[in-house]
Amino acid sequence: MLTHIVELGKFGINELREFGKAGVLLYRVLICWPNFRKGVPLTLQQVYMEGVLSLLIIVVSSLFIGMVVALQGYHTLAKFGAAQQLGPLVALSVTRELGPVVTAILFAGRAGSAVTAEIGLMKATEQLSSMEMMAVDPFRQIISPRFWGGFISMPLLTLIFNAVAIYGAYLVGVQWLGLDPGVFWANMQDSVDFHLDIVNGILKSVVFGIAVSWIAVYQGYDAKPTSAGIAIATTRSVVYSSLAVLGLDFVLTAMMIRGW
Amino acid sequence: MMSQKMVEGLVGVFVLAAILALLVLALKVSGLTSFFPGEGFMVTAYFDEAGQLKVRAPVKVAGVQVGEVKSVELDPTTFRALVKMQINKKYNDIPDDSSASIMTAGLLGDNYIAITPMYSKTALANGSQIQYTQPAIILEKLIGQLIYKIGNSGKEEQHEKI
Repeated sequence: MLTHIVELGKFGINELREFGKAGVLLYRVLICWPNFRKGVPLTLQQVYMEGVLSLLIIVVSSLFIGMVVALQGYHTLAKFGAAQQLGPLVALSVTRELGPVVTAILFAGRAGSAVTAEIGLMKATEQLSSMEMMAVDPFRQIISPRFWGGFISMPLLTLIFNAVAIYGAYLVGVQWLGLDPGVFWANMQDSVDFHLDIVNGILKSVVFGIAVSWIAVYQGYDAKPTSAGIAIATTRSVVYSSLAVLGLDFVLTAMMIRGW
Repeated sequence: MMSQKMVEGLVGVFVLAAILALLVLALKVSGLTSFFPGEGFMVTAYFDEAGQLKVRAPVKVAGVQVGEVKSVELDPTTFRALVKMQINKKYNDIPDDSSASIMTAGLLGDNYIAITPMYSKTALANGSQIQYTQPAIILEKLIGQLIYKIGNSGKEEQHEKI
């Protein structure tokens, strides 16, 4: 009995220590904003690696998600004779929920895991230590650009996701199922509010961007310097990011619907 | 490794694509404002009752869309609904004595404006006003009248029986 309580206490202290280490890492990333001349090219490189290279998966999946939501929504709405409400249905569900959340989860799988594996391998092969030996701060050179790259990429990817998903819904609803395009757009514009729906969705994606990049960077930096350690860290990065995104999504939605 | 210039160029294209997406979301999806006036001419009409007519609702002639509603406002002196609509410039031969009526697509569908062409030789042009209009039919009013009539007819029958 007593050993169990001791185990629990140990577990709790360990978790707290992990969280503290992650907090210190985030603090150092935020403070060590790389100087402009050297830092911006490094960050741009990471925006390319994490953002531009994720475009394909984001565009393809958003097109199909928009098409599927439109197809499902059309057949359900048609039962109630409300098929002309398809535009609002798709636009609201995409801009409020699907856009930020699915982008963040895909981003965690596509870019977050790569960042974790890269930093983990750098640690395992002692590249980070050798950088320190050469008086190059690994935070400025490696960690901070990766964090900011993810932070910048996520809202941009979400915007593209939203637009492409709504275009997919337009393809299915108007071109295939034959809704009136005027009614489709008119109802959509009537019920979608720029600040309440679109800006709040982007706000969510900014928060998810911080969460996913933070978890990816921390898991890489904290990985055990073995091949098994890197495998565990990469898995954790994806699992923790996805859980954090879904959990944060609920909290943010609750805050936004109650009007902050 | 790609050259830094190439990377910067691709990131620039990425950011541009995202800004374009934001513009599409702002203008097309949430209808914030429309920067790009479509090609066409504006026609106004006064209605006694606009019903559920919305901005961007279609304007149709014989069921074919020829334009869309640009604004629905209240005229402060006559208290009638002033509807401005934009008609595609390729339909520039609609007679100017045509009548406009607000119709409903299906029983619970959305309102649209139907223009019924008449026989005048002069055509609608930019800024012209449609004189003959029919207001939207409000289902509740119709049901109210129906119930009133049914109620009255029942009473008359009772009177006759007595």
